[in-house]
Amino acid sequence: MEKKEYRRGDPNVPLLAVNGLSVSFQMYDNTFEQRALQVISELHLQVHAGEIVAIAGASGSGKSLLAAAILGILPDNATAAGELRYKGQLLVPKLQKQLSGTEIALVPQSVDFLDPLMRAGAQADGHRKPRPTKERRRLFQRLDLPKDTEKCYPYQLSGGMARRVLVSTALLADAQLIIADEPTPGMSLEQALAALKMFRQMADDGRAVVLITHDIDLAVSFADRIAVFYAGTIVEIANAQDFGEGPDALRHPYSKALWRALPQNGFEPIAGSQPYAGRLPKGCLFAPRCSRSTPQCAQKAPSMRALRGGEVRCFYAHGRPKE
Amino acid sequence: MWLEAKNISFRYGRNQPWIVRHLDFRVEQGACVGLSAPSGTGKSTLAMLLAGYLTPEEGEILLDKKPLPRKGFCPVQLIYQHPEQAVNPRWRMHRVLEESGLISEELLAALGIEQAWLERFPRELSGGELQRFCVARALMSNALFLICDEMSTMLDVITQAQIWNVVCGEAAKRNMGMVVITHNHHLANRLCSSVYDLKDCCSARP
Repeated sequence: MEKKEYRRGDPNVPLLAVNGLSVSFQMYDNTFEQRALQVISELHLQVHAGEIVAIAGASGSGKSLLAAAILGILPDNATAAGELRYKGQLLVPKLQKQLSGTEIALVPQSVDFLDPLMRAGAQADGHRKPRPTKERRRLFQRLDLPKDTEKCYPYQLSGGMARRVLVSTALLADAQLIIADEPTPGMSLEQALAALKMFRQMADDGRAVVLITHDIDLAVSFADRIAVFYAGTIVEIANAQDFGEGPDALRHPYSKALWRALPQNGFEPIAGSQPYAGRLPKGCLFAPRCSRSTPQCAQKAPSMRALRGGEVRCFYAHGRPKE
Repeated sequence: MWLEAKNISFRYGRNQPWIVRHLDFRVEQGACVGLSAPSGTGKSTLAMLLAGYLTPEEGEILLDKKPLPRKGFCPVQLIYQHPEQAVNPRWRMHRVLEESGLISEELLAALGIEQAWLERFPRELSGGELQRFCVARALMSNALFLICDEMSTMLDVITQAQIWNVVCGEAAKRNMGMVVITHNHHLANRLCSSVYDLKDCCSARP
């Protein structure tokens, strides 16, 4: 896959900038006591026009909540702090409402987002007229959906088909920024490649895609950069090819562990699980599972720093080992 | 002991196209078989037929040469690809688990399920966390066969490797048969002794 290197507009103003975002939930401890549960903390990310940024990382680390925060559709009991900017403009609720669906489109993670009482074709058409729209039919065809899919109700679709209908709704919106939350599960490799090629094309046309995925192989072939999420923050931002090269090219021990757990590279998991949002360790979030952690890691949380063309949140990440 | 689908056909309603037509498939106890085919060609339908969620219009599903039991717990358990649709949204998670018998603390620990999650409702957990509950529920039931339909696609790769290690370990210990439906070739090669294409399971169409 070729990745074109040009960008449109002012390259210094990112299409989307996330600065110090935190999201917390109001939860009830017992009947009367409320407690804030912080699920995303100190998150920084910039997405420029012309690129696909993949977000990989632990399940339940807040990847989908980031998508919800960008679109302003967080659950009622969640509050966001920090700053979100779209083309330099502060994303306030009013602007979010105005932009979502037109400038910013979402491919939701759950197939439950489809209206169960609406046929797939009509859902993808949305308010566009005249129905059925030609572009939508063409898009369904390019996504390898059989011709009678448009007449089916969501319960009649297979998992992969429903996902492709969701992808088509976002592609039809003709948005500048697509947030795709796990768009490919259930699709065969060929179908996933076809869908991602369309995302790549969009990015090459000067738009941008945030691709939330667990499929690191796909992220390596299509994305420009990969942000690795762990326990509600980004621990590493790497160029996509670093994941293709292997653990020596990666910076954070968690990213290295991800690479080693891939079925084609050993399938070896590290022990333990991600800390629960209410009980985050005081220092580095990964320290309890890290083989190289020191007393310093348990005391103080490392901040994000630049390293070898990427960014990392670790005291001990260093230059590439000498050969 | 074999789990067999004998010349089965299925469609969702009289006027609908056949999803599965004259299909033969079998798995032996203790074996792990992969199943792959493009999306929309009937893999999940076959999974639901094998686990008794759907009844074939023609042909039969046999476990040890007998039809699947109609009452009580089914010895063929399905782990569904959308965990959010496989649990009762109005039940707390401990009740979801208790549905299949006594909670095994050991299994919960192995699957990385935190005690605190047991008191939550399904919508308060992520897809990956919910799927661990679905795996625990299926393993606690003492099933003889497991059908894993895209079980780990919503999990990060470390959790995926952890959960498959638990599932494969338990399967080997209890000599369970497994059908693994996945689009990930690397995963299928890693787990399964053989991988079938759905097309090859169908006898010549009339």
